[in-house]
Amino acid sequence: MNSLTSLLGWVDERFPLTKLWKEHLSEYYAPKNFNFWYFFGSLALLALVIQIVSGIFLAMNYKPDAGLAFYSVEYIMRDVEWGWLIRYIHSTGASMFFLVIYLHMFRGLIYGSYRKPRELVWIFGMLIYLALMAESFMGYLLPWGQLSYWGAQVIVNLFSAIPFIGPDLSLWIRGDYVISDATLNRFFAFHVVAVPLVLIGLVVAHIIALHEVGSNNPDGIEIKKHKDPKTGLPLDGIPFHPYYTVKDIVGVIVFLMVFSAILFFKPDMGGYFLEYANFVPADTMKTPEHIGALWYFNPFYAILRATPPMFGSPLPGVIAMGAAVMVFFFLPWLDRGAVKSIRYRGTIYKVAVWLFVVSFISLGFLGAQVPTPLYTVLSQIFGVIYFAFFLLMPWYTKIDKCKPVPERVTG
Amino acid sequence: MKKILFLVSLLASTMAFASSGLHLDTAPTNLSDQQSLQRGAKTFVNYCLSCHSAQAMRYNRLQDIGLTEEQIKDNLIFTDAKVGDTMTNNMSKKDAKAWFGAPPPDLSVIARFRGVDWLYTYLRGFYRDETTPNGWNNVAFDKVGMPHVLNELQGEQVLQVEKHGEHETQKLVLAKPGKMTPVEYDGMVADLVNYLDYMGEPAKTKRMTLGIYVLLFLAIFFVPAYYLKKEYWKDIH
Repeated sequence: MNSLTSLLGWVDERFPLTKLWKEHLSEYYAPKNFNFWYFFGSLALLALVIQIVSGIFLAMNYKPDAGLAFYSVEYIMRDVEWGWLIRYIHSTGASMFFLVIYLHMFRGLIYGSYRKPRELVWIFGMLIYLALMAESFMGYLLPWGQLSYWGAQVIVNLFSAIPFIGPDLSLWIRGDYVISDATLNRFFAFHVVAVPLVLIGLVVAHIIALHEVGSNNPDGIEIKKHKDPKTGLPLDGIPFHPYYTVKDIVGVIVFLMVFSAILFFKPDMGGYFLEYANFVPADTMKTPEHIGALWYFNPFYAILRATPPMFGSPLPGVIAMGAAVMVFFFLPWLDRGAVKSIRYRGTIYKVAVWLFVVSFISLGFLGAQVPTPLYTVLSQIFGVIYFAFFLLMPWYTKIDKCKPVPERVTG
Repeated sequence: MKKILFLVSLLASTMAFASSGLHLDTAPTNLSDQQSLQRGAKTFVNYCLSCHSAQAMRYNRLQDIGLTEEQIKDNLIFTDAKVGDTMTNNMSKKDAKAWFGAPPPDLSVIARFRGVDWLYTYLRGFYRDETTPNGWNNVAFDKVGMPHVLNELQGEQVLQVEKHGEHETQKLVLAKPGKMTPVEYDGMVADLVNYLDYMGEPAKTKRMTLGIYVLLFLAIFFVPAYYLKKEYWKDIH
């Protein structure tokens, strides 16, 4: 023990190991009233680690070559030792990552975690979400199945709708006139090197910003307001380690049980996590009957499809889809409510959140369907509700009758 | 609130009408039935592999379904392929295109694309149709380029269309019997589809078995983790 302590001392004189440990774990004081929704931050970090580790092993065996890619995935599934497990971990992990991120964002939404002074925490989080979308989009091309190919074709073509630079831009992204071997190679480079680097950097920034201002909590009040006069520690705070580390282990096990149940018993999730049509190798001459988005992009895909084109250009849809994602960035300034947490908000805000949830899920469902006139109208209705939630927020949060907020956190 | 309920109910009712099209028969497959998989493999190499390939599947992988390398070599390899080779064939893409209109698809993961029920319906759904180039049509795949390869076994079916007022029902009727009775033929197709399902993901059985152990381990791990949390949090109020 003595020699270990002296080794630690040696390190600490040269690198702030103990300091970092204390600042971010053993002496990071988090509110003691975290509930169910607070599991998803640490789970998102776990999902990132799972994706990186499984991704490294996949990259060892995968071939980013239009002629070899599809069957190199099948080679991983069959001939690589435990390859099927690695691949399913990665494919299930991608969907689980988005699930966790959506729940994490929803937590931020209902407890006002984006409000002052946590605007940058939210913005870093949104940048992570954008990077994750890029990561998922480019990763989805790599199996080189029919939907990989045509999905990428459709999405990259959207860039051509941008006036003036559009056609050149999409050509520049593809590196060819159609999605091809050149596209596959560059998407592979982005998927395994560039975007993960950005992601890790942003995650570090997200956590540093969070630990600078301190965590929000289900009551939406600042625990730093009430400190112990002697120690200067927040009265309602508890050290992240060991309290939340032991708590998060329980969350991790439950998460891994859900993860494993899907991975081992229904890895394709009935065509949602691994789409059936993607088990056909990419065919540049044959467009599949129905080109869908991945389930976690469906709400935005539904908005894209439901927005009527203008002068024969899909540009309005592209703008609407982009806006549907980017509008989240402005939440800290759209919300004018007197309180942060949904617990102390009035009826108007609660109804608004419910309408938003219903429209987001309905758009997700509609994005997965083959469009019919009725579905398009429904998508338009839910799309309007979706945007109204954000754009009317300054108004309805202001007139909403909030309840008084307690001084100290409640259970 | 009423508006949401209305929309939700509208959504639910449209969902009910969304599914339509072909009725698929349920394939009686069972991946743990090795006898069935072996019979299916035999049919596969005899009838399918001359035109189709399964380039992701190695012959020696068939040890999974209870065969030895010797048995595989003696009974299932008809080409000069080695036992560690994948199931390819020698038909050139150009020839294939000239003969069938399109090269026959690789069948390695066909079951994952089509699903077993579709395959089971398709392989039993060929009927005579003089309007198509090869004289065959299929209830599951209109104007399919593939001729009825299993014709000698099943015989020839024709499609009978009956009109009941507005409704139209289609029925396949066996016009000329083949070497097998319909029951035997259905059984043979079930074995073949079972094999295709296995070949689509050879690790499937292992995956499910392993999954049970993983979930058991996690369930056991949950108990100490839960009590550890409780113990630590005793003093937090």
